[in-house]
Amino acid sequence: MAKPVEQLESVVIRFAGDSGDGMQLTGGRFTSETALTGNDLATFPDFPAEIRAPAGSLPGVSGFQLHFADHDILTPGDRPDVLVVMNPAALKTNLADLPKGGTLILDTDAFTDRNLKKAGYESNPIEDGSLADYQVHAVQLTGMTVGALKEIEGVTAREAERAKNMFALGLMSWLYGRPTESTTTYIEKKFAKRPEIAEANLKAFNTGYAFGETSEGFAVQYEVKPAKLTPGIYRQITGNMALSWGLLAASKLSQLPLFLGAYPITPASSILEELSKHKSFGVRTFQAEDEIAAAGAALGAAFGGALGVTTSAGPGVVLKSETIGLAIALELPLVVIDVQRAGPSTGMPTKPEQGDLLMVLYGRNGESPVPVLAAGTPGDCFYAAIEAARIAVTYRTPVYLLSDAYLANGTEPWLVPDIASLEPIEVEFAVANGEEFLPYKRDPQTLARPWAIPGTPGLEHRIGGLEKANETGSISYDPENHDLMTQLRAQKVAGIQVGAQPVDHQEGADVLVLSWGGTFGPVHAGVRRVRANGGKVAHAHLRWINPFPANLGDVLKSYDRVLIPEMNLGQLRQLIRARYLVDAVGYNRVTGKPFKSGEICDAVEALL
Amino acid sequence: MATELKLTAKDFKSDQEVRWCPGCGDYAILAAVQSFMPDLGLEREKIVFVSGIGCAARFPYYMQTYGMHSIHGRAPAIATGLAVSRPDLSVWVVSGDGDALSIGGNHLIHALRRNVNIKILMLNNQIYGLTKGQYSPTSEQGKVTGSTPMGSVDYPFNPLSLALGAEATFVARAMDIDKPGLTDVLRRAAKHKGAAFVEIYQNCNIYNDGAFDFVREEKENRLYIEHGKPAGDTGITHDETDFATAFALSRINYAQHGVVPLGVFRDVPRDSYDELVQAQLDNAKGDGDLQALVGSGDTWSIS
Repeated sequence: MAKPVEQLESVVIRFAGDSGDGMQLTGGRFTSETALTGNDLATFPDFPAEIRAPAGSLPGVSGFQLHFADHDILTPGDRPDVLVVMNPAALKTNLADLPKGGTLILDTDAFTDRNLKKAGYESNPIEDGSLADYQVHAVQLTGMTVGALKEIEGVTAREAERAKNMFALGLMSWLYGRPTESTTTYIEKKFAKRPEIAEANLKAFNTGYAFGETSEGFAVQYEVKPAKLTPGIYRQITGNMALSWGLLAASKLSQLPLFLGAYPITPASSILEELSKHKSFGVRTFQAEDEIAAAGAALGAAFGGALGVTTSAGPGVVLKSETIGLAIALELPLVVIDVQRAGPSTGMPTKPEQGDLLMVLYGRNGESPVPVLAAGTPGDCFYAAIEAARIAVTYRTPVYLLSDAYLANGTEPWLVPDIASLEPIEVEFAVANGEEFLPYKRDPQTLARPWAIPGTPGLEHRIGGLEKANETGSISYDPENHDLMTQLRAQKVAGIQVGAQPVDHQEGADVLVLSWGGTFGPVHAGVRRVRANGGKVAHAHLRWINPFPANLGDVLKSYDRVLIPEMNLGQLRQLIRARYLVDAVGYNRVTGKPFKSGEICDAVEALL
Repeated sequence: MATELKLTAKDFKSDQEVRWCPGCGDYAILAAVQSFMPDLGLEREKIVFVSGIGCAARFPYYMQTYGMHSIHGRAPAIATGLAVSRPDLSVWVVSGDGDALSIGGNHLIHALRRNVNIKILMLNNQIYGLTKGQYSPTSEQGKVTGSTPMGSVDYPFNPLSLALGAEATFVARAMDIDKPGLTDVLRRAAKHKGAAFVEIYQNCNIYNDGAFDFVREEKENRLYIEHGKPAGDTGITHDETDFATAFALSRINYAQHGVVPLGVFRDVPRDSYDELVQAQLDNAKGDGDLQALVGSGDTWSIS
């Protein structure tokens, strides 16, 4: 007999287990099933930098949080409604986030004396009453999985045990009425070379599903209706995937071959991996010997007329600074992508932060202006990449595009773009016209110098990092010329057309929240929460940080108070205060986790 | 190419005033390179010189070709990006012993092992000239310089052994004032498919004058090596395709053996990096349909 179905508007689920338990895979599959249901969703994979920390240890815990709803949502959720834990360490590190009364599903078989000890438990929390405030479903996940797979030939006990995450996925899929076909197809495809493993995983998945249907422990099934989003075809996308595809789009729109120079680094490596799959788009990916060479090769390719791109995270970007400086002097297009992570130094490689803003703006010798923009959501990375390329090519300048570890790995539903409707990127290579060629004679509108690529007859010329004489590009130590060139380089970047700053204004609001980059989701969700509580607040989210939108000063001055939430110690705030003499206040936290909408709401309400 | 190009050395002289010290060995090398350029049979616009930092790095300014004077040690990396994305160009890197072996050592060895289609001319004067005379990674131990008043304690690199160890497919040595020998090596390097490493002994008459007198001035100490022929009295019959032979010859030096081998040490055919990259592009599955890509995988429709 079918169990009763209860309607929910939104649910936040967190899967947590050992790094080897396949939590990212489990979360990813549940996300795919959820996306196909038509819910709006946002995810937050949270994993350690260690590939396999000691099994069962606290540092080895890997988590995946998913928020899905029947309406438009902006974040993976502040706290889970449901916590699925695969071992005591996962319980220990995640339980504090589960509100009282929340649902807790745990694998009792993993709560052995040994594992309890590793997690620092004196007694078994399942038995000692310490979980009394939660709705606990203690399930023999491992035991039932191994039992179900006994019959399958060629599957070792260890392999059977490892399929327990599929059991958990099956159970959760039943609990929330998720469609199972896509996971079935996925498993068959993933383990095509080992049919017995495919069979084992499918069996575990289906057994988990059936367990939910029949077990008396689960009295109701839940349903979250599809969300009403802009009509169209959707898919889910991570920030790094969107960014990679945005670069492909920029290559297509500019008709320039894409050259990516990169050195593997968390959390940027998946851009290199993704683009290396798309050689049919004419993409050349170069895994360089180091970060410096990655940037250098991209610049060399740009000299030759390619769309040169280099990707990294903060610890790699610092090494690229001399090349960015050269690109500024050469005035060649180059897209530099910094997927920010917590610093300083190696910091916390898998955790997001916004600590690199001042570095990318100022971390070079001399007066060396660079345009800087930041993506706001995973899907927005696609459009931000196109915009970065457009500005780089149009103004012949290196451009910094900032993303972060949260956007890089987080997913959201993404309205599949109509490529034909994207605006082309105009590129004009210089050709000889009978007059003397002046490599540093500028376009009067953009102040860009000619892009004269090798192979063009009659335009042979030399460029370099030494100061250039205006127009001729010859080496010059002339004092007035250096002053002029410094001014011209600054004016070129300051004059980049970035469009007016949009503001989500609310009638009667005298507080403006000004945010930038990857915090858009939680900050805007916080703003909505303030409004739901009856408060009045406006929100502006910056895409361009250099140059700032021309109207930003007017926007700031039309509010009595300005709050700037940042996952750093106030880098944008410092810029805003210096530039506009506005007494902005900050909300600054650097926990390595994205903001919660609740804390933003509190910070705003404290100003109302 | 169908039409005969009638270029001369003069066509490769740029309008920039050459600013090396009078008497510098770089002048002779520049003249030899400019004289050799017409032999490439390429239009000037198809030739690019890339350099890093140092005295030698001024080279591109004096060549009437495309050129980039870049940053210290990075020329092989920058040239790699250019050569890989523009296989139609002839890309030359001009470097020095400090630029190539010290700050840029990493880029050098990786460009060599990848067999990137670039020709690297390393002008070795065993000193830092542009910064006024500090010892370099090829300076002999005990060298007294501005930064080593009691003599350097560093053991020097053997550039050719290093290049061979880095899997270079073409390794040669020439000398600034030996125009025929240098031209011959340049011709071989240009013909070679992939990375070519050429060490050129170059006299810095200001900070390290006479460093190579034992072979520049004393011609009897020059040992010109030729493929298939005995290499002087060394007992080695030269074989450019044999690693051990090339390596053995790279170890022969004036101090121990009284001679200095000059010429091509190694020249082996191997697919170049740009060819391998291009082949993957050509063989890639798919038609580069971006609309299909963004709409691939699990999608759902909302109406």
